[in-house]
Amino acid sequence: MDRTTLLRVQDLRTRFHTPEGTIYAVNGISYKLDEGETLAVVGESGCGKSVSMMSILGLIPIPPGEIASGSALYQGRDLLQMTDAELEQVRGKEIAMIFQDPMTALNPVLTIGRQITEVLERHMGMSHQQAHLRAVELLEMVGIPSAAARLRDYPHQFSGGMRQRVMIAMALSCLPSILIADEPTTALDVTIQAQIVELVIRLREQVGLAMIWITHDLGVVAGLADRVNVMYAGFIVEEAPVDDLYDNPRHPYTLALLAALPRVDRRRDRRLKSIPGAPPNLLVEPHGCPFAPRCEFVIERCRAETPPLTPVAPSHQIACWVDIDTGAAR
Amino acid sequence: MSVTDEAIAIAPRFAADELEAPPLTLRQLTWRRFRRHKMAMFGTIMLILLIVYSFVGALFFTEDYANLTDTSLRLQPPSREHPFGTDTVGRDILARTIYGGQISLLIGLTAMLVEVIVGVLIGAIAGYYGGWLDALLMRFTEAVFVIPSIFLLIVMAKTFGTEIPDLSLLGRTFSGSVIVVVLIIGLTSWMYLARIVRAQFISLKEREFILAARATGTPAWQIIWGHILPNTMAPIIVSATLSIAAAILSESYISFLGMGVQPPTATWGNMLQTASSDFTKIQNAPWFWVFPGLLIVLTVLSINFVGDGLRDALDPRSRAT
Repeated sequence: MDRTTLLRVQDLRTRFHTPEGTIYAVNGISYKLDEGETLAVVGESGCGKSVSMMSILGLIPIPPGEIASGSALYQGRDLLQMTDAELEQVRGKEIAMIFQDPMTALNPVLTIGRQITEVLERHMGMSHQQAHLRAVELLEMVGIPSAAARLRDYPHQFSGGMRQRVMIAMALSCLPSILIADEPTTALDVTIQAQIVELVIRLREQVGLAMIWITHDLGVVAGLADRVNVMYAGFIVEEAPVDDLYDNPRHPYTLALLAALPRVDRRRDRRLKSIPGAPPNLLVEPHGCPFAPRCEFVIERCRAETPPLTPVAPSHQIACWVDIDTGAAR
Repeated sequence: MSVTDEAIAIAPRFAADELEAPPLTLRQLTWRRFRRHKMAMFGTIMLILLIVYSFVGALFFTEDYANLTDTSLRLQPPSREHPFGTDTVGRDILARTIYGGQISLLIGLTAMLVEVIVGVLIGAIAGYYGGWLDALLMRFTEAVFVIPSIFLLIVMAKTFGTEIPDLSLLGRTFSGSVIVVVLIIGLTSWMYLARIVRAQFISLKEREFILAARATGTPAWQIIWGHILPNTMAPIIVSATLSIAAAILSESYISFLGMGVQPPTATWGNMLQTASSDFTKIQNAPWFWVFPGLLIVLTVLSINFVGDGLRDALDPRSRAT
């Protein structure tokens, strides 16, 4: 694939200094996002998916947060070095974000119209009237019926699915080049989930978006993403093209994660597999492979040294010392 | 069938639902609750009557008449010519309660404005930014809190009361002491509001819609005034309403102590003061203090009823529907 890289994140480390101690939320992750590509970031709750995205947009409250190291190059500029004023020009205009819970992500006392036009007026320099017309177009684009009338409505007058459509309309209003979707379907029921995913896929083609789709739902990823980053305890443990990941997972964590998925073609009397043990305590500075305590392939080296991401196939990398086919060190 | 087609296909049904039962906006809901609050409606009507009394009444008497002294008419009980009687220098009490009412109501409103501006500004900035700025502003707030405000009122009134020249507004000339009284009352009563607003900001700034607003590149000042403040309007409105009543009372206190608005400009408070200057008059000339006193009581009561009604109407947890 010969596409220009839009975003390149290098060695990002985010910590939170709390009264209980330092939380090591993101521990040196590196990835890139190409133009028009959809990257899925999967992992269980608290593995640093959202924090890593919020870090590059400067949405982490500092203090208690701290970006300990790293760079995030977007069009040759490092987002992590930008001033607040510069970041405000990027957020919403170049890189937009949608959130998990559409019930809480819209301001309850402002009309939908006001919330959309405000973004347009700020970033696109539109007059109030132009912004209003554009807002109607946007709501129609995301499939909200009688859009012009609904601009006067408040968020509580919309259903969950409709609100997520409004959020998507807002996020796409300034034609950003990157859309970060932070578990946008988790709070919705399954039929609405499917509609939203379908809508996003259609809009992605229309607008030519690159997307980062954060989720813990591997089922959603399959139909949507080009590439997948699997995160665990603030590390990227496996990075692979989506088909490759499902057909040929190489990291023990990915393997366990896929085994824990319910499938329609599997016998129903069998219990779903779970991963033994508990997610690691992020209050301890990571030492060795974070998955080692729960891993069935664990060897001596895993506890001593943190494995780096290394290629196992073209554009397929894992952070593991073991070859899961043989159980021996790689 | 794509998502959009589906959405369009179901559109007419949505529209029909909305026509049958249009959802109430927040404002409509509040108004409906307020309307059903009997005391609040009584307060509102009473307040409108008092405003009409003070401002329409002024069309029947000139201010010169209200300030006209005629010692031959001193201390006359209510009569046809002077329905509320006259005071020690023969001024018509009815006319003076009308002009005094204007001053008292204006003082209430403007002192409330001063209080709201200062309280919201300090509370919003402290709550939103937090950290050392919050600590500094809140220690300052506490410092103003612990000063007994009635003494502060008296000291400031005595110090600045006579220094400001008279001014004209709405075609009337006011004693400069009105401004002093407004500022003093406003500047000694903003602390509760600042604390309320700060608490609201602290909890609201953590909400996801604020994160979402930041994610669209909204600058901090716009988040504070455009996104968080509208969410705190309910407690601010209630507190502001009640503080009008408090300001009218404070004005009465300091005027009663002779350090508020200076005669000949009448206020309900300084009318009481002249009445109380001699104990025998309190006994022998009750019309002298009954009328301004009654007006103060009615105004403060009505405003407090309205405030209570607004609080119940604006509170989403309120059981009244």
